[in-house]
Order: sequence, then C-alpha cells, then structure tokens
Amino acid sequence: MSRPAISARGLSKSYRLTQRQAHDTLRDAIENAARSSLAAIRGVGRSHAAQAPTDATLWALRDVSFSVEAGEVVGVVGRNGAGKSTLLKVLSRITPPTEGEAEIRGSLGSLLEVGAGFHPELSGRENVYLNGAILGMRRAELKRKFEAIVDFAEVERFIDMPVKRYSSGMYVRLAFSVAAHLEPDVLVVDEVLAVGDNAFQQKCLGRMEEVSREGRTVIFVSHSMATIQQLCSRVLLLKGGTLAADGPPASVVATYLSEVTHTSRGPIDVSQVPRGSAEVPPIIRSLALCDADGIPSGVFGPQDALVIEFVVEPPFPLREPRLAAAIEETSGRRITTVASYFRPEGLSEISGRCRVRCTIPRLGLGTGQYLLSVSVHDKYLGTLDSLENIAAFDVEWRNDFGTGEPYHSFYGPVLTPSRWEQADLDEDPVLDLESERPGGR
Amino acid sequence: MSGVPKTEVRPAPADAVDPVPDEAVQRITPPRGRTDLRLRELWSYRELLYFFVWRDVKVRYKQAVLGVSWVVIQPILMVTLFSLLFGRFLNAPSDGVPYAVFVLAALMPWQLFALALNQSGNSLVANQALITKIHFPRILLPIAAVLAGLIDFGVAFVVLVGLLLYHGIVPSAAVVLLPAFVLLALVTALAVGIWLSALNARYRDVQHLLPTLTLFWFFSTPIAYSSTLVPEAWRTFLGLNPMAGVVEGFRWVLLGQELTVGPMILVSFCLSVALAIGGTYYFQRTASTFADVV
Repeated sequence: MSRPAISARGLSKSYRLTQRQAHDTLRDAIENAARSSLAAIRGVGRSHAAQAPTDATLWALRDVSFSVEAGEVVGVVGRNGAGKSTLLKVLSRITPPTEGEAEIRGSLGSLLEVGAGFHPELSGRENVYLNGAILGMRRAELKRKFEAIVDFAEVERFIDMPVKRYSSGMYVRLAFSVAAHLEPDVLVVDEVLAVGDNAFQQKCLGRMEEVSREGRTVIFVSHSMATIQQLCSRVLLLKGGTLAADGPPASVVATYLSEVTHTSRGPIDVSQVPRGSAEVPPIIRSLALCDADGIPSGVFGPQDALVIEFVVEPPFPLREPRLAAAIEETSGRRITTVASYFRPEGLSEISGRCRVRCTIPRLGLGTGQYLLSVSVHDKYLGTLDSLENIAAFDVEWRNDFGTGEPYHSFYGPVLTPSRWEQADLDEDPVLDLESERPGGR
Repeated sequence: MSGVPKTEVRPAPADAVDPVPDEAVQRITPPRGRTDLRLRELWSYRELLYFFVWRDVKVRYKQAVLGVSWVVIQPILMVTLFSLLFGRFLNAPSDGVPYAVFVLAALMPWQLFALALNQSGNSLVANQALITKIHFPRILLPIAAVLAGLIDFGVAFVVLVGLLLYHGIVPSAAVVLLPAFVLLALVTALAVGIWLSALNARYRDVQHLLPTLTLFWFFSTPIAYSSTLVPEAWRTFLGLNPMAGVVEGFRWVLLGQELTVGPMILVSFCLSVALAIGGTYYFQRTASTFADVV
C-alpha cells in the first residue's frame, strides 16, 4: 500500500509573543526594533498602544491537516502572516509543532532561504561544499555534481573568489544552484524562486519542473500566482494559520485573489484586516482608490491619474510619518513604489485621525490587474503598519496610443512616454553637413 | 520513488511493496518528553561536523595579513608579558625551570581551552541564520567549535617544542599521557561550552558573562603562578578545577615536575564528563526550540 509522501494531522504551532524574537528577515528585525522603541515610549507613559499581555499566544498554525501523494507538486499561498513559512519550518523540522504531527516518507530537502549557510569569507568553491554539506549532500555526491552546480550558476570565472566580492546576482545564483542539485524524495521550498534576473528565474522554474518530472514530491510557497499555476498540480490556501482551501490551482488562486483584494468602488475599511504584528494597533483605517476628480474607482486608463486616499489614525503622534504604496502585478512582481519620503516636502506630524492623499499624476501602466500594498512608517520607529496586496485595480486600454493600436502584454507593464522624430539623410547630404558645421561659411 | 508522473498518482494495489523503507519515515511531533541523546543521528551527520570544523578553521584567519601565524604570535606575546610581569618584577617561583617555559607549558592548554570555550559558547548565536533556516543536529555547532581549536593548538605547540629544545629540557616517558590532558581540556571546554551555548541562545547575558568567566577561571588556574604557592589545605580544592589538573598535568609530563594535584585529576575528569553528559541532555532537550528563541 503506497502511503502519502507527506501527511499532516492537526498541525498547530503557537508562539508566546514575548518569546517571539526570531529575526528571520531584515523586515522582522526592523519590526522588532520598532516594537522595542514603542515599548520604550509606553514605558515613559506616552499614549498607550495595544496593551499586549506579556504571555499572549499567537497561533501561527492551527489544526492543519492534509496529505501529499508522492510525485505531487503542491503550492502554498496565503497572505503574509498566514502561516506559510511556519508550515514549511515545521515540515523541515526546524521548529517543532505545538500540537499534532506530521509524517514524511523518504529523504527531505528543504530550501527556506537561498544562501543560508554561505560564509562571505569563503570562496565560491568552498561555499559549494559547505552549503551542500549543510543541505545534506555527501562529499562524494558534491564532487560529482560540482561542475554542474557551477555551470548552472554561471560563475565559473569567479569560483575561487570569496563570495563577499560577488554581485548579489552571482551570489544568489550560486546559492540556488547548490540547492537545485539536491535530490531528495520530498523537497520543501520557500519563496526563493524569485531570485536573480528574469533569465535566471526562468532557469529556476525549469529546474523545478524537472524536479517534479523526476517524480519528486515538492511543496512550495510563492506569492507569484503565475508560478503557482505553472508548477503546481494542487494548491493549499492558508488563512490566519488554518487551511482555508485545498484544491486545483485555478480555483484556489481565484479564491485567494478575491479574498485578499477588494476591487471595490468605495473606501475599503481595513481596520479589521489582520496584520502581521499584533503589538501595534492598525494605523491605516481605510483606503480608497480614486480618479483625478476624487471619485472612487476600480478601473483606470494607462494615462489616468491615480489618487490613493489613506485614512490613518496612529495611537501616538508620529513625528516624521512616512507613507508608501507599492504596485505589483498579480504575478507578484513589484512594478513601482511611491512614498512620501521620496519627496522633499514629505509629511508633517500626524497626531490624530488624518487623511493623506497621494496622487500619481499619470499611471503609465499597461493593461491588466494590479495589486496595491500600503504601509506606514516613522523615521524613528520604523515600520508601524503594512498591508500587502490589500486592493486591486484594473488598467483598461482606451485607445491610449491614439492610433487604435491595441496593447500587448509582451510590451511589458510600464508605458514609457517617448517622442519620435525623423530626418531624411539622403536628399542633399553635402549641403546638410555644411549647414550644421558651426561657424561655417 | 522516482519515475512517478505527477498526474498519475493513484493508490497502489494493496499488495504493492511500499518503496520507502520504514527507517526513512520521519515523524514530526511536539517535543514532549524527548530526552534521548540522539547519538545515532549525530553519527549520520559526521560529515557535516567535519565541514563545520573546516569552516571554522578556514575562516578564523581570513583577511588577516599575518594569517595563521597569529596562533604562534599570541602565545609568544603572552609569555613575554608574563615573564616580565611575574617572572622578572614579581619574582614568582617557577619550580626550577625557566619562567618562560614554565608559563608556556601551562598557557598552551589554557589557550586551547579558552578559545574552545568562547567559540562553543557563542556557536549557536553566531550561526543563527543556519539554525532558523536549516535542520541539522544543533549540537554539531559547539562540538565543531571545540574541535576547531585543536588545529590552532597543534600549530602553537611548535613554539613550546622550540622553547623546550632551546632550554634542553627533555620530557619524561610520561609524555605519552599528554593526549589525555589535551582530551581533558577539550571535554571540560565542551562540557561548559554546551551548557553556555544552549543558555546563550535564550539569554544573551551569557555573551557578557563569558569574558569575565574566562578571566576568573584564568586566575584560579595555576598558570602564571605555581600551585606550590597555594597552601596545602587549599590544593585539593584547586584540583576540583579541571583546568588546574590539565595545567599541572602538562607541566608534569613536559617539564618533569612534581604532580601536585595528581589524585584530583581523576575527580576532575569524572566531573567534566558528568558535566558534559548533563549538558548534552539539557542541550538535546532544548535543541528543538532553538530556532524559535535564538
């Protein structure tokens, strides 16, 4: 009887909030820094932020059960803080579950961060061996695969140079390449495919497809719906630590996108949307996308203005508030970011309920659906609130070239203005040249 | 496992042989009541231990102009300082051998111990990125940190041999016991290092404690002075410090000196081993949570 490659029964993971100090990412570190400065503010008796009880429990994962057959490629989607990374960490045995259990049949390889275990002082060659060993490869196996790894990463010429001298592109290519040559029965991959330039990303995707064709079981997290739909045979949707959907990619991705985004034509109340950090109460209360006349809209033309209207209410005065909004494609690729601190005038102190309006005079985007993420920071306190992919808007073609020409997605998402001029060079070149000579005749 | 097209996964007939042997099944459960030492897992990761040692050795003197010669320069500077301070100005007795030889024979194992203790105590914190992203037996980190010190020790030993030759001192046949004392130094460093690294993951106070602890330990060990300076009645307590045993042992086998804390060395050894086993239990019991707390 063939049993599933991965089976999870009632997996739960809780963190005591006071204990949760893992500086997983730079963002976490900044958030933590912000939190501790907030705590300091509270300490001196300024206005009180959410009084997080010291032993509050956060359920990062709650009663998650599923099983994955050998050879399946399963994607995991969900908002930030939905428990995706926690699930992968539990499956990778980096952190134990608080309740429930899981069983993994066969060897397990996990890739949660590209280049974890790389040492900057060591050469590329040395790091291949070190990282390979850390990921569970045998020395003999590494020797055999060394050429292929270096080839895949395209860093032959620099292989004996310390990796701290590598460009970030070379670094992630080599790091991914080592991991890509793992041959476990079950492969667990976090959001790491989005490394390197476009060509390398394609190569990575190709490698993932190869891995799944070899019959290995793959479970991976991605924010890129395109990647999910391209690679997966099945998708799990996590929401607030619980399994909200489990099914074919098309339908789960649709559920996810409809849940996380609001293509509404009025202000979106976001005060109840769960945030990643529980210690600072939500600052952004509502959000509206409007056209140039201030009328809420969900559809814009490529040349239209987009006005983002925030209503914010910080629990304590923000001396140097910074607001930012980022626009992403639905595939997860970030197109651009606009931020108050990109402008010399900036924003002044916000001490109560306040409306902030950001105007993008000309969108300059090709047709398609775009997602908006917004965040509030303070120059001194760091990131205080952020909402990823909170709203969606469509860009529709309205004969924007003025020629009746349609727009094709392969033009790329950005419409860059250009001017075209021509001059005939054949008619009377001699005369032309002479007239252009300064001080001639 | 291979060759199963992803679109054709069907339950296999009931009599089909499961392709995955039972030992390849990994069960992931809450950490309740897990107290075994998991030595078999350790053994299967021995290659990684080698790579960690290799990395620690390789990285330590990168981008230092003098590189690995620091291993030799450091004890020479220390011996010079001690010779001036204690040997010349304070006239500390050195039991009939030149003071420089007397102090270096003790400094060698001490340096090994101090480096091993500090590196292993900080090993988990220094490898946070690995611990939060990759599964492997965490205990490899403090073990590798201790073993890496052995390479430095081997290189620096040349200085001691040189000094012995210069002064024409020939070790007695007891020199065959030298590895035993090196082992005692390592076990002691590992015993304390394992405890401290596990505590350090949770309480960073350990980081601040370590240098002070090392300094206290240094002066409570008869390195710069002879244990004959310690009153007879107190010497037994001196032996409770495993490093006193190591240092005296080194002087005994290399310089042919009297072994003042001889009987205590066995006690030291038992103490260190007990501490190491206890530390390993504590470490293994808390290891699963390191990724959450470090």
